[in-house]
Amino acid sequence: MIPRYQTVIFAVLLVASLAMGVALWQLRERAHKRLVAGEDSAPTRAPLVAPAEQATLLVASDADSTLRDQVQSLPLPADPGARARAVLGRLLELYAAPDATHPVPGGAGSVAQVFLMPVPAPGSNAAASRPAGSSATGANPTTASVPASQPSEFKGPELAVVNLTGSFAAGHPSGIETETLTVLSICGTLHANLPRVTQVRFLVDGQQRATLAGHADLTRTYLAAEAVPSESAHP
Amino acid sequence: MRWTRRARPVCLSLAALALAAGLPGSLSTAQAPAAPATQPARFLVVLDAAHGGDDNGGKLADGQMEKAFTLAFSVRLRSLLGARGMQVVTTREQDANVDLNRRAEIANHAKAEACLSLHASESGSGIHIFVSSLSPAQPERFTAWKTAQAAWVTRSLALAGALNSSLMRAGMNVTLGRTGLPAVDSMSCPAVAVEIAPERDPSGKVTAELDDPGYQARAAAALAGALLEWRTEARQP
Repeated sequence: MIPRYQTVIFAVLLVASLAMGVALWQLRERAHKRLVAGEDSAPTRAPLVAPAEQATLLVASDADSTLRDQVQSLPLPADPGARARAVLGRLLELYAAPDATHPVPGGAGSVAQVFLMPVPAPGSNAAASRPAGSSATGANPTTASVPASQPSEFKGPELAVVNLTGSFAAGHPSGIETETLTVLSICGTLHANLPRVTQVRFLVDGQQRATLAGHADLTRTYLAAEAVPSESAHP
Repeated sequence: MRWTRRARPVCLSLAALALAAGLPGSLSTAQAPAAPATQPARFLVVLDAAHGGDDNGGKLADGQMEKAFTLAFSVRLRSLLGARGMQVVTTREQDANVDLNRRAEIANHAKAEACLSLHASESGSGIHIFVSSLSPAQPERFTAWKTAQAAWVTRSLALAGALNSSLMRAGMNVTLGRTGLPAVDSMSCPAVAVEIAPERDPSGKVTAELDDPGYQARAAAALAGALLEWRTEARQP
């Protein structure tokens, strides 16, 4: 015969565990909603209300290590920064597709932000930020005579700072060729659609990172025009 | 004392040799050339097996890590180069972390005639040869660490050409390119990055995997042959 006090304790414990289970479930749902609400709310895709325009993407191919022009029609916002992000988002969507010629997981959300700013005046940066294609000793001709601070309507050469997500860098296949193709296709696509972008720098989660996935240098400044094939290069 | 009598002529002859060595002109030049002429000119190659330690590099198809492949390939290539009479300096001999700057320091201190940074990847096909994308610059007394390779880019391109010719003769797919690699960009020697990928036919089907010993041997032999040619070219006036 089970004593009465044990039955009562059992019943109390059972009710308590059920209550805790329900409370835990509710807490989990609440935390999930909070996380979803806290996610980056910036548009990862170009708004559909924007008119569709022709965008030139420089799509990498691992099979022959080339960058090929691919013209796509997609809605592009008027703001240059958002426009750059939309174009790069489309490029990385292609790479995330199952039949991609240059498979890289991540997709459109892999570009957190693209900041456009006037090209820094020569001498304002250390050698560490010297453009990849520029002379190690001489001044870079594309950086000549541009004041350090510029109004927003500045029409000179621009530096694009592409902020990639950490998950994109972590999931990127490792290898000199594959990383170089990704970097060059991003640089080339930016220059093909925003001809004023002459230099590109990369950040990952807002921080400088030594390499993309162990190989391609992300600390240097890349000259965007060098990635564009001559037939599609803008003057 | 008897030993003193024997020693006197020896001392005199040593003194005469010492004087002769110190004298400029025909006496010293008549005796001196014998020693340097018998020593072959130094030809030194730096092999940098990429990654190591905590840095695994890429993951290859057979589950092997890039760091293990590059180390094994470096050992294989070192023995081939040694057999061809070349001196070899390696940046690592075991599974250890070697900082990128340290790798460049080793290469720069060695004053090598060729520096090869060895990598492996599952993407692409055949052998990928990369030269720094820095623009060529005139050598200067002081150069920036991160762009030290700029003064050597022209020689590096010539080395890449020699490697390309040898690999093509060996029937391998070769891709030439320019890129930015932190270690190579700081090297002050003719430097290239060699990335070995599986060999594929035009349809993309793999014909030789990275773990295929025959494929590795073919690649290593072609690279060693290319460096032999490079040595000959370097010694030409």
